[in-house]
Amino acid sequence: MTKALKELAIQYIPHTEVGSLSSEDRIAKLLEYVKENKIVLLEGQLKKNEETKLIMETMKQISKRFKGIELATIHPQIEDMSIVARVRNTIGKVILGKKDGLTVIGPATIVEQIKQDPKSLQVFSLNLSN
Amino acid sequence: MASVFHSFFGKIFGNIFKKKKQIKLGLYGPPNGGKTTLANRISMDWIGEEMGSASNMAHETREIQIKEQIKIQNKKGKEISFNLVDTPGIATKIDYEEFLKFGMKETEAKSRSKEATKGVIDAIRWLDDMDAVVVVLDATIDPYTQVNITIIGNLVARDTPVVIVANKMDLKRSDIKRIESAFPQYKVVAISAKSGKNIDKLYDAVFELIETTGKK
Repeated sequence: MTKALKELAIQYIPHTEVGSLSSEDRIAKLLEYVKENKIVLLEGQLKKNEETKLIMETMKQISKRFKGIELATIHPQIEDMSIVARVRNTIGKVILGKKDGLTVIGPATIVEQIKQDPKSLQVFSLNLSN
Repeated sequence: MASVFHSFFGKIFGNIFKKKKQIKLGLYGPPNGGKTTLANRISMDWIGEEMGSASNMAHETREIQIKEQIKIQNKKGKEISFNLVDTPGIATKIDYEEFLKFGMKETEAKSRSKEATKGVIDAIRWLDDMDAVVVVLDATIDPYTQVNITIIGNLVARDTPVVIVANKMDLKRSDIKRIESAFPQYKVVAISAKSGKNIDKLYDAVFELIETTGKK
């Protein structure tokens, strides 16, 4: 018996695309892609207060079709870096924002769970043929 | 609800004209971690009455609950007083169909889901008002989730003192080490809010936490 396959869309968003936006616009853009059933791979990390804003905005938009998001971040371990790399990393953050690491945001209807540790992610998806 | 807010703000503004404001100790965490069970335990132990209803169904607590002027004592008999704030569990997704599995009717499930989304927003908004926070985690499941990281990260950003509770230690699958290794920079207290196991250790930690707040 052949199983039906459905498309799984992944949207990569480089830092240059959202880095200059306000928090509100950045979050709106991310949610726009997620609501199109795309798994978003964002270069860099959201600020801590942006993560809570993203959760709040997600809650406001929950409906019969949109059931929320799964969210995870991987980031370089600063303790593993050399002193020079740490300084460069800190200066880079101040100038460019949190460009290091990767943020994954998926629609809860597709991504059931993201297991994470600081260096890796495991994405568990729901049965796409349904 | 309105009376709770009225009473709460009345207390706060009243205190401005009396002496020091009441410390607000928040219970935060993902849904089903046992926040309300813990709130009830604390409230019962110190003032002899419960705060709210707890259940196995996620998002049982959908509104902020406050119990005012809880006074606890340390081993030396020193007393400290705070307002205990039990918050709805913070989640990134809410599916009303999950509530149908508990035998709920569709309209009721949708209404509960709507209330739950509002509860998450309120819980996040109240982060700014907390003087100290106990993050309540279920010790039987993986603690390294983005919700937990986001909650703790936001408390750190606000310079709010935190203690982590590894709850449900009465269950076989519980594992405090997973929580300790996920959040090595924080004090983790292993308890069972349900059975009361190690609750005295938590009271010691809360006492220290609130004293830290007073020194800030």
